[in-house]
Amino acid sequence: MIRPLDSASSSPLHFFGYFLDHRSEDLGWLWDHTWLSVVPVVVGLALALPLGWLARRYQWIYPPMMSITGLLYTIPSIALFVLIPPVLGMDPLNPLQVPIALSLYSTALLVRVVADGLGAVSEETVQAATALGYRPVGRFFRVELPIAVPVITAGLRVAIVANVSIVAVAGTIGMDNLGRLFDQGFTLSVSQPYYPPIVLGIVLCVLLALVLDLLVVLVSRMLTPWRRAVPS
Amino acid sequence: MIRFDHATKSYPGGTVAVDDLQLEAPTGQITVLVGPSGCGKTTSLRMINRMIEPTSGKVWLDDTDTASMPAHELRRQIGYVIQHAGLFPHRTIVDNVATVPFLLGTDKKQARARSMELLERVGLDPAFAKRYPAQLSGGQQQRVGVARALAADPPVMLMDEPFSAVDPVVRDQLQDEFLRLQSDLGKTIVFVTHDIDEAIKLGDQVAVLRVGGTLAQLATPRELLSRPVDAFVAGFVGRDRGYRALGFTQSGSLRTHEEPTVTLGDPLPSGSDRDWVLVVDAAGAPQGWLHLGDQPRGAVVEDRMLYRGGTLATQGGTLRAALDACLSSPSGRGVVVDEAGRLIGTVTAREVLDLIESQGTPS
Amino acid sequence: MAPGGALVIGDVVGWLTDPAHWQSTPFDTGILGQLGAHVWFCLIALVIALVISLPLGLWIGHTGKATWLVTVANAVRALPTVGVLVLLVVIIAPNFYGRTNAGYLIPTEIVLVLLAVPPILSNAYAGVQNVSPAVRDAAFGMGMTGPQVLLRVELPNALPLIFSGFRSATLQVIATATIASYVTLGGLGRFIYDGLAQQDYPQMISGGLLVAALALAADLLLALAQRYTVSRGITGRAGRQAGSDSRVAVLNEELASETA
Repeated sequence: MIRPLDSASSSPLHFFGYFLDHRSEDLGWLWDHTWLSVVPVVVGLALALPLGWLARRYQWIYPPMMSITGLLYTIPSIALFVLIPPVLGMDPLNPLQVPIALSLYSTALLVRVVADGLGAVSEETVQAATALGYRPVGRFFRVELPIAVPVITAGLRVAIVANVSIVAVAGTIGMDNLGRLFDQGFTLSVSQPYYPPIVLGIVLCVLLALVLDLLVVLVSRMLTPWRRAVPS
Repeated sequence: MIRFDHATKSYPGGTVAVDDLQLEAPTGQITVLVGPSGCGKTTSLRMINRMIEPTSGKVWLDDTDTASMPAHELRRQIGYVIQHAGLFPHRTIVDNVATVPFLLGTDKKQARARSMELLERVGLDPAFAKRYPAQLSGGQQQRVGVARALAADPPVMLMDEPFSAVDPVVRDQLQDEFLRLQSDLGKTIVFVTHDIDEAIKLGDQVAVLRVGGTLAQLATPRELLSRPVDAFVAGFVGRDRGYRALGFTQSGSLRTHEEPTVTLGDPLPSGSDRDWVLVVDAAGAPQGWLHLGDQPRGAVVEDRMLYRGGTLATQGGTLRAALDACLSSPSGRGVVVDEAGRLIGTVTAREVLDLIESQGTPS
Repeated sequence: MAPGGALVIGDVVGWLTDPAHWQSTPFDTGILGQLGAHVWFCLIALVIALVISLPLGLWIGHTGKATWLVTVANAVRALPTVGVLVLLVVIIAPNFYGRTNAGYLIPTEIVLVLLAVPPILSNAYAGVQNVSPAVRDAAFGMGMTGPQVLLRVELPNALPLIFSGFRSATLQVIATATIASYVTLGGLGRFIYDGLAQQDYPQMISGGLLVAALALAADLLLALAQRYTVSRGITGRAGRQAGSDSRVAVLNEELASETA
């Protein structure tokens, strides 16, 4: 049972005190929020790499693939959450519906990014790699993919920041994550405004988005040492 | 006439792009600005239509100070052609050409009709009119760029490396057509290039600029080749400038020797004392040289036997063409033809050189 | 408690085809009423966002001034929409009493506008920025004035990116307007949250379907509008040169503004 603290103020600035008082629950939601944001992007990338490669390798696949991913991206998140269980024959409320929906979004976004990132690799580079004796698979992993890293990184950053915001939406249909803090705040504000959980939720979401974004950038830098050689 | 009057362009960092430029581009002529990158040639050009404003000094258009009117009004009186054509991707070719007339408020129908004429004039099929720039090749886009600059019939045209982004064959073609067009139109043209050969081919006068934005030499192409004022200009103009200068000297009437010929399809001549025989077609136009020693006896002269590497000199053409005809001929005898391409005779390199010597150093 | 998938789909079809669910009663707003409300909320937000961000984005792109605004707008995307919505409702709603729903409508519209501004702004900016320097140079060189260059050259060439920004804004606004039902506002989201609260899953899933259908219809409509407004010379439909994909251009734009 969550109650406003007897002693605490309802000041927005009191969010940290609120956090300390409900530490274990909030940390649990933070952890839920984190894996719900990250795992779908990893799954999405794992699926998008071969799909994006296919869309480049066989030109005729590109237009229909982009139509399908575009269509998926058009469906609002809350609608996708509630539509996934009946489509997959699951319970109407199932803890997996959120990660599945987010994986679909991430895949949809990243397929396009991977395909276009690979398309941005210059023809000369591909020819040179082929002439040097790379076979298609080696060429993909050692030449084309590394060159496409900057574009893919940009896509990953957009995907992961978007995910942090979308996961919170799932809080409104009762899924455990930082979105529950907003639910709490809304419920507790029926008679008069009670800000701490709402502000705490916003602060944690923004921090999480920033940290994850930074992680993607750092990993990308590690993978592309040659980009640091040129001062921008 | 365009006149640079102590025009200077410097930037806050202390870089001077154009330094106290004094230059006059005469009416009805092509003035080429040429020089290495960083010499301020494009900056100078862009000061004329005030795409860049001079830091000090003035640019005059006839008797008008260009700074005395709003920049956009000035620009509508000056044709402007740039390197990548800069066609508007969202407009059809005909509407691209009609840009300035539209801006000036010309009736749309009339402006388009005039644009169609211009397209033909620059050598484009009117069928292109309804297409979009992305559907045209680089060379075709450049022609449209020229047509667009001509649309409002401006007395002055500025051209900033207009032919440098196309391949050499197309460039040569565009240059020739440009000269033909200019001989009809007689515009006052300022032309920027980094290619000294283009400058020499197109310019009535050539201004060589050096890095730092100063004028090194202003001269006719011929003078530039024969009398570069200093080591910089000499180096920029190039090593074989003596040879290239011959391109500005008329050969006058070359005294030619009669050359025995054989016509395509005839049997090989027998008992000739020469190794090489000139082959002509039925109309008397030289086709190539034939090496007698290589051919079976009694054979008929066929196309595939010919050596076609030699160039032809035209009677009344330049000394450079005459000398080149000799040097490129396997027999050592340069072939001279008349205006219609029919054989007149041959001349040797020795004879051409004697002629050059008798005329003194080209000047 | 879980019914089989097939059963649910049958129930959903049953719910959607029940004429009683489409008409409003004095106690209950039907599908058509909620659809109208949903569309109305979205239109208000999109019009306001467009009026603010399109001229601003074009101006930033044209002059190159105040590019930090684009960075700021993009940073707004990191905010959790639901959180901001709840926060604003809690702040604003107590100031309104009685029958009006302004206490919920105003915070919702603020959030929707906040969401719609960044994609339109940054795409308008990127669209103008992406116009080739040669084209811009030629436009000025022909004697166009600054406003003429912007309206006759930069705007038409930026249209594909502007459309993609506006489409993205529209989708996010439709999606977030659904969540507004969570803070007791009307709209198609009502069916989702009421269905959830009453454990009436056919109603909840029908709500999801209706929202998805609305989003698809809106996107299709905009795609059609785009097809008829953007010059064939830039869509690539007139010939080769498809041009780089708009979304990647936006991604690169975001990357550039974030690393700057």
